[in-house]
Amino acid sequence: MKKIIAKQEACMGCGLCEVYCTTAHSKSKDIVKAYNSEQPKPISRIRREVNKPVSFAIQCRHCEDAPCVTACLSGAMQKDQKTGEVTHNKDKCMGCWTCVMVCPYGALIMDKEGKVVAKCDLCQGLAEPACVANCPNQALVFKEVKP
Amino acid sequence: MSKYVIIGASAAGIAAVEAIRKVDLVGTITVITEEACAHYSKPMISDLVSGKAGIQKMKCKTDNFWKENNAEARMSKKAVSLNLSDKTVNLEDGEKIVYEKLLLATGGKPFVPKMEGQDKDSVFTFTNISDAQRLAAKIDSIHAKGAVVIGAGLIGISVTEALMKRGLKVTVVELQEKILSLLLDSKASDIVEAIIRKAGVNFATGQSVQKIVGRPDNDGAVGGVILTKGDQVACDLVIVAIGVIPRTELVVGTTVKINRGIVVDNFMQTNVPDVYAAGDVAEAYDFILNQNRLLPLWPLAVLEGRVAGYNMAGKKASYEGGTNMSSLKYFGIPIVSIGLANPKDDPTLEILVKLDAENNVYKKLVLKNNVIVGLTLVNCIDRAGILFNLMKTQTNVKKFKKDLLRDDFGLAVLPLGLQRKMSVVQ
Repeated sequence: MKKIIAKQEACMGCGLCEVYCTTAHSKSKDIVKAYNSEQPKPISRIRREVNKPVSFAIQCRHCEDAPCVTACLSGAMQKDQKTGEVTHNKDKCMGCWTCVMVCPYGALIMDKEGKVVAKCDLCQGLAEPACVANCPNQALVFKEVKP
Repeated sequence: MSKYVIIGASAAGIAAVEAIRKVDLVGTITVITEEACAHYSKPMISDLVSGKAGIQKMKCKTDNFWKENNAEARMSKKAVSLNLSDKTVNLEDGEKIVYEKLLLATGGKPFVPKMEGQDKDSVFTFTNISDAQRLAAKIDSIHAKGAVVIGAGLIGISVTEALMKRGLKVTVVELQEKILSLLLDSKASDIVEAIIRKAGVNFATGQSVQKIVGRPDNDGAVGGVILTKGDQVACDLVIVAIGVIPRTELVVGTTVKINRGIVVDNFMQTNVPDVYAAGDVAEAYDFILNQNRLLPLWPLAVLEGRVAGYNMAGKKASYEGGTNMSSLKYFGIPIVSIGLANPKDDPTLEILVKLDAENNVYKKLVLKNNVIVGLTLVNCIDRAGILFNLMKTQTNVKKFKKDLLRDDFGLAVLPLGLQRKMSVVQ
């Protein structure tokens, strides 16, 4: 399947990935509205880690044997057998945070307002995930990796 | 005759079916369950009481699950005995099912201590969907105003929150001095208790219920409880949520070895050939304590059931082990507790703590030989899984242990080599 790969050596830690992820997951798809007025507040599913000089972005790795899927108490987290994507159904999510406890990448984001988890969905419907398309230094690439 | 027979269709049983079908597409699978619909999330039953979830939302698998996996689910059927030499499971209705491989995934049952008045109407246990349905219906039918919850563990706190959301006044009675004592040390417990008290819950700790009393107008209905220290608490409902004990009754008197639960090896196999056990009924491996023990937790039941299923179908798989690990969401305060939460004074353990009392944030790490063996996070659980991964992989954290408590803790604060290893795409 195609996964988002972070190139640490190219990442400047600018955080635009978070901005565009937030916008892509907003209702309005408008940066200003997404940040200033939209309710519920959209949140980024990509997380920038900075410990200078190191910086990189991290999001769901869509693991082959995903600990979050195994641990999910409600059945909200599933591994799509066809596409390989780890999907999260927020209507089924009970907000128990068990996936947050077990994700080795810290890639599951707590939507504290919505009281459910939010995660990377690879921007289904877009040609390329928003974080990849808008990374100014090509530190994020979307490419085929062997399972 | 069924190649695979599984008794119990909750977390472990379901995971076993999935694992078997990854290896063996044709062998017949029969799953026996007492429940009318078993593929629901047991941890979600409090959401049914609060009204947050209905039965559809609670289903952790689709209704087609059994069909899709070509497994025959025998709902509302009870297995009453085993004949291990004939490899037969006997059902209550007289039917006998012969197996080649058997999985005991019978789960746990609520522990209810002897109390005077416990047979009164409106005394509930709280472990499955029918308990939750009966409780929800009773709240409506008697217009319940107050409840006493016995037990301030995970189940007790979850049902307490649900009852509060339904507008009931709740008193929680706990034998230990502190609430959530299996998951939190006394500092963390105090923080959490204060928050729950603020939400309007009363706690009576360090005591238990000596007697459930009836109503003045109807002695058969619950009117209140008398605590061991003598106080009386008025209520319309009593919920016993002390804990679960393994449902081993099917194997009592057989050659299957039982300690507190069914004894299994790392392949989830019992001492009897072709008989496996997984989930709350089994004593599986704890990688922190380095011994097998009862750990009645949903995610571990899934892992154990999967290992059992693979081995039953002929694919060798070993259980990686679990430990006492829970995440809590109740009363708006997220908590993660993994491994040793509250170890007794032990000079070989190193304890790192960070407290931000103003924001109710508490972090605690227990280290042994520079390996994390205990983790408690209160109100700051983001990225907890990175720490859990360090625990699971028994990584030596000597060089960066101070960084583990940083507010911005993440993969980037780890030494470069480890950071690369831990952030690589699986």
